[in-house]
Amino acid sequence: MEKLIYLDNAATTKTSPEVVEAMLPYFTEHYGNPSSVYGFAAANKEVITKQREIIADVLGAKSNEVYFTAGGTESDNWALCAAAEAYASKGRHIITSKIEHHAILHTCEYLEKRGYEVTYLDVDENGIVPPKAVEDAIREDTILISIMFANNEIGSIQPIAEIGKIAHEHGILFHTDAVQAFTQIPVNVDECHIDMLSASGHKLNGPKGIGFLYIRKGVRIRSFIHGGAQERKRRAGTENVPGIVGLGKAVTLAASSMKERGEKETELRDYLIGRIEKEIPYSRLNGDRVKRLPNNVNFSFRFIEGESLLIMLDMKGICASSGSACTSGSLDPSHVLLAIGLPHEIAHGSLRLTLGADTTKEEVDYVVDCLKEIVPQLRSMSPLYEDFVRRQEKNKD
Amino acid sequence: MYTEKVMDHFQHPRNVGEIDNASGVGTVGNAKCGDIMRIYLDIDENQIIRDVKFKTFGCGAAVATSSMATELVKGKNIQEAMQVTNRAVMEALDGLPPVKVHCSLLAEEAIHAALWDYAEKNHIKIEGLEKPKSDIHEDEEEEEEY
Repeated sequence: MEKLIYLDNAATTKTSPEVVEAMLPYFTEHYGNPSSVYGFAAANKEVITKQREIIADVLGAKSNEVYFTAGGTESDNWALCAAAEAYASKGRHIITSKIEHHAILHTCEYLEKRGYEVTYLDVDENGIVPPKAVEDAIREDTILISIMFANNEIGSIQPIAEIGKIAHEHGILFHTDAVQAFTQIPVNVDECHIDMLSASGHKLNGPKGIGFLYIRKGVRIRSFIHGGAQERKRRAGTENVPGIVGLGKAVTLAASSMKERGEKETELRDYLIGRIEKEIPYSRLNGDRVKRLPNNVNFSFRFIEGESLLIMLDMKGICASSGSACTSGSLDPSHVLLAIGLPHEIAHGSLRLTLGADTTKEEVDYVVDCLKEIVPQLRSMSPLYEDFVRRQEKNKD
Repeated sequence: MYTEKVMDHFQHPRNVGEIDNASGVGTVGNAKCGDIMRIYLDIDENQIIRDVKFKTFGCGAAVATSSMATELVKGKNIQEAMQVTNRAVMEALDGLPPVKVHCSLLAEEAIHAALWDYAEKNHIKIEGLEKPKSDIHEDEEEEEEY
């Protein structure tokens, strides 16, 4: 097997060796329960505090506003459910967008079944939530606005500072799912008027199974997991010390390399976009060209289906993902691609390539060369392409 | 996720293509659910399927079931071709993941749709054959531009 070309960094990332190294002693040497009295274990309490400070520092927050969770999905569930419950006496209306991650959308559906009303905002053709639409959707009984910082499929970066300002002016709680954005682009909770923010370790070369929820001091929010006094009693359970140490290390590394990495990835991203647009006909870039995560490329190739494309790429050692229905286990293609207005058959033919810090120009060139071979091959067996060619010939006559 | 046979038929699909002036053509499925299959049949005067070709827009399983279905009907008479069920296609491929079973149904429907077209053109009735439900020719012909 040739070298693996991993271009699915929005799905997960490789845990960096430095992170693993930082974690290891917390399995076999410093394994004590941070809640214990004896010094051997209690030292771990300070270690956890240190990691909290690292994260708070990157966010422009205070360390006691960072709560460790098992990951982005848990953070999203907690933020929405607990805030909805805590503010139910004020109202039962929530505003979110149609392009959120399922961790938000399915939690909203859960809340709808329990008597909450949810407005799912449309996005523009580039996958951006217009701040004006947020403002227009606000009602007397709106208690929470949740808009993702950047989209996981098409990489579109949302006008979070503007939306946060609107929420703030109306005295409405503002949550953002920053799982894809955190340490990819600058995120500051005060500048963006963020009250709650979800993030995950494994998207930034940290370990899986660890994440955090930032909760601004003063926000009334219910405890999510009941038990001991961990995480200020709001998220009980013995701390995942190795995970927290790994997350702290990953955030340190990712935050310090963010600017340089972002510039390098943006250049490579635009090079990849340019080559595909120039060299593969009937391809379409999905998402905003500029307000876009540095590592995200998402294309639709007309007349072909995404899963077939992924299998062909896999055979060439390339890992990627698609918004095709076949890869989701449902019959509908990606809700994000439908929300930006793509017809079903074009949404089915989508391909997401997400770069990492290690991605090279050679790898990108190899991927484009493979696509130039695979896309025409799949089109040659597509009845949609056959019809298209026939119609073109007919139009010529 | 897929058996070796499915992967083999996906990587090396048999009978891909078109037949000019085919005896029967059937297209089933729709773009909404992400699978469209088209089968071309060349049937001789003794009602033997001399040649068969297919084109498919769809996932790996959709391509593999189309390919296998064409292999199973090639050289058969039309009554034998009617016996090529989705189950037969699946068994010949050593099985499909549960979420992909509908692909094999589509392959069966595509064969039936092509046979229906042949029967109509020749004003004959094929025992056990019903009018295909999901022929896309009728309502999804227009081009969607972006």
